[in-house]
Amino acid sequence: MKKRTVIIMTSFLLFGCGPKVSNETPTTESLMIGGPSGNELAQEQVFRKNNGSDPGTLDPHRAEGVPASNVLRDLYEGLVSEAANGDYIPGVAESWSISEDGKTYRFKIREEAIWSNGDRVVAEDFVFSLRRSVDPKTLSNYSSMLYPIKNARDVVLGKLPTDMLSVSAENEKTLVIELEEPTPYFISLLTHSTTYPVHPPSVKEYGTSFTRPENMISNGAFTLKDWRIQDYILLERNEKYWDNPSTTLSQVYYYPLDNPDASLRRYRANELDFTDTTPSEQLPWIKKNLKDELKITPYFGSYYYGFNNSKPPFKDNPELRMALSLAVNRTIITDIVLGAGQIPAFTFVPPVKQYQGKQPEWAKLTQEEREGLARELYTKAGYSDANPLSIEIIYNTSENHKRVALAVTSMWKKVLGVETKLRNQEWKVFLETRRLQEETEVFRGGWIGDYDDPYTFSELLHSENEMNHSGYASEEYDALLRSASLRPAGKERTNDLLQAEQVMLNDMPVIPLYFYVSQHLIKPWVFGLEGNVMDHHYSKYVKILKTETLISE
Amino acid sequence: MSNFRFVIGRFLGAIPTLLILICLAFLLVKSAPGGPFDFERSLPEEVEANLRAAYNLDDPVYLQLFKYIGDLLQGDFGPSFQYRDYTVTELIATGFPVSLRLGTAAIFLALIFGSIIGSVAALNQNSKLDYSVMFFGMIGISIPNFVMAPLLVLFFSIGLKALPAGGYNGGDFYHMVLPVVSLALPQMAYIARLTRGSMIEVLSSNFVRTAKAQGLPTRSILLKHVLKPTLLPVVSYLGPATAAIITGSVVVEQIFGLPGLGRYFVQGALNRDYTLVMGVVVFYGCLIILFNLIVDTLYGFIDPRIKQNR
Repeated sequence: MKKRTVIIMTSFLLFGCGPKVSNETPTTESLMIGGPSGNELAQEQVFRKNNGSDPGTLDPHRAEGVPASNVLRDLYEGLVSEAANGDYIPGVAESWSISEDGKTYRFKIREEAIWSNGDRVVAEDFVFSLRRSVDPKTLSNYSSMLYPIKNARDVVLGKLPTDMLSVSAENEKTLVIELEEPTPYFISLLTHSTTYPVHPPSVKEYGTSFTRPENMISNGAFTLKDWRIQDYILLERNEKYWDNPSTTLSQVYYYPLDNPDASLRRYRANELDFTDTTPSEQLPWIKKNLKDELKITPYFGSYYYGFNNSKPPFKDNPELRMALSLAVNRTIITDIVLGAGQIPAFTFVPPVKQYQGKQPEWAKLTQEEREGLARELYTKAGYSDANPLSIEIIYNTSENHKRVALAVTSMWKKVLGVETKLRNQEWKVFLETRRLQEETEVFRGGWIGDYDDPYTFSELLHSENEMNHSGYASEEYDALLRSASLRPAGKERTNDLLQAEQVMLNDMPVIPLYFYVSQHLIKPWVFGLEGNVMDHHYSKYVKILKTETLISE
Repeated sequence: MSNFRFVIGRFLGAIPTLLILICLAFLLVKSAPGGPFDFERSLPEEVEANLRAAYNLDDPVYLQLFKYIGDLLQGDFGPSFQYRDYTVTELIATGFPVSLRLGTAAIFLALIFGSIIGSVAALNQNSKLDYSVMFFGMIGISIPNFVMAPLLVLFFSIGLKALPAGGYNGGDFYHMVLPVVSLALPQMAYIARLTRGSMIEVLSSNFVRTAKAQGLPTRSILLKHVLKPTLLPVVSYLGPATAAIITGSVVVEQIFGLPGLGRYFVQGALNRDYTLVMGVVVFYGCLIILFNLIVDTLYGFIDPRIKQNR
């Protein structure tokens, strides 16, 4: 294979890296991107992304998972949108105001916002859509996302009719939403697909088939041109979109390749411009050969090991839980076992915007000191070399999870003498085991925030949350969360959440291990994407630059 | 007439086989731990109850089974759990043509080249040509698809940039070359070995010796007398091979990102998409029964002795 040197002539660079020109002497072929000016566009504005898998549906209210969200972000536009760097910007709502108590939002709908068939987007469309989203008949998996809206919970649970949802249209251009409590992250929820508008006449006419390419009317920067299941999803520029002049791409392809190796091969064959992730075994090779195209960004996700706090040996045994947490050398896991730039985690909530979790005191100790402390606590909990703890880690089948589990096992063995068994289960089996909390002792957990607020993590450990698989139940923690949810955005709320996290870190119901990073391979001619903590990327910001192959001596 | 009766008989015989297949598969699928509504984000209880009710999952299993068979008899495979806006019938209708195209192309390639290579080897028995052909045949059988396909991609797509590394693109020639070749290679190798073995046996049989003694030209001996009996074991292998190749192209479909039926099967199982898995099982079941029937019928045409013994 010929070695290619990529000369990147653009003055702006993707993902915040500085401009860089590399030119190795013995090469004869090189790529010039963007022509002499560095920003000349390619004739064909087609962007080809691997999306990891097929969305189950393109109905924004019933959709679930990252692949669906990626496509829907291009097809639809909610009240609020995001800039390339993840900042919130006006979407269909050109402006909004929030009442003093933080519970009433008044949105001004953009005059020029129209559906792809030419109909105007009006406030009533949002009333229809939000009601549909919480309607139990819609069978939405994600309707609980809308619980902050007044009466939403009771509507979802079937206790109230949908028209009791506190969303109303004052006139064509004014939408009013009332909330149960001041919910400072409400604006970020409005970028989630459960809050997107759907075109009422086509939903009424076609039912669930309104998502078919021939039926779909959308209001985003792109429209659905074709969906070949397991083959590709093709989006086409929406000429009717209000901000269409800013769009450059004419088409976007989403491929559902679930095999990262296959995805890498197609990327190398120039059949993909963007990969959803990288194969972990190939990471060293990629770092060596595709260094400039590998974009790694902190991602709003947390990887942890949960204890079953409702059963012995971990029930009412904070010393033991703490000992096991202290004995884990997180840096070895992030740097040696994984090696993609993951961040060692000493808190549960990944850093986001204004929120930076406060690391516990022991995080400042050296690993040896932590291990000494761990041994003390282990002995205090009643275990010793003669009477070692014997437990089982359960995780869903995956090479990476296995490697982490093996590393943790050997650390526990070395530092404390713990006997650990490993058990892997197929994904759905694992989910059931974990949910039932009957067999689990230590289980793998991972969570990607639904919106960029610490609360999306904090609530996971609330005693009544259905995702609290550790069975952690702390009155103090619950009370602090309750207090935070009653406060508007600001220092006091952040303090409540920080304090709650401290309570939890003292109890150690789960061991935070590392914070995720997003890993993409992006071709040098793709311009306009920026890394952001939610890993949200809108194709409307993308431009494909011209590439020329230069032959030189 | 006897042929017709034979076919009808086999068709009727297939019904209990299919019924047993459906019942077993249904019970197995239902007994797998984890369900279609287990997600990373657990559903609130009431929401899950709604979903279960919508898909009739709260009925006892035997009732669900009866209802499923009832729907099947009306040609309704039910809605998919995973592809929520599509019915299983629609999914099979989009996936099967891809698998069929891939499979038939591969089996034809394997049959034509396999039998030619095998015959050439047999006619040059124990020569260098024979040994080298059989050596490659052995390699072809032993290297699995998931090794061969990425190697082909690495060489032809990334290295030479001559062929696409994946994608279906409506099944055009260029996109099908690598998948078809990687699917065909092991079968081709097997057919080559089968043909060689069979032909060597036929060549040493009495009627060939007689034909030679009568002074018939070699060409006519081969075409008129040797070819037919040589292909008998190949034909009987073709039935299961075609079924296997069409139903078993999962790995190749995965590697090349082809939208075939095999991927539905795997993903349906992983997602506990009960109706999709059942749909594919029933469909595959019918297909395999059909292929075996075709081969048995063909067999009778090639070798009249078999017809008499029926």
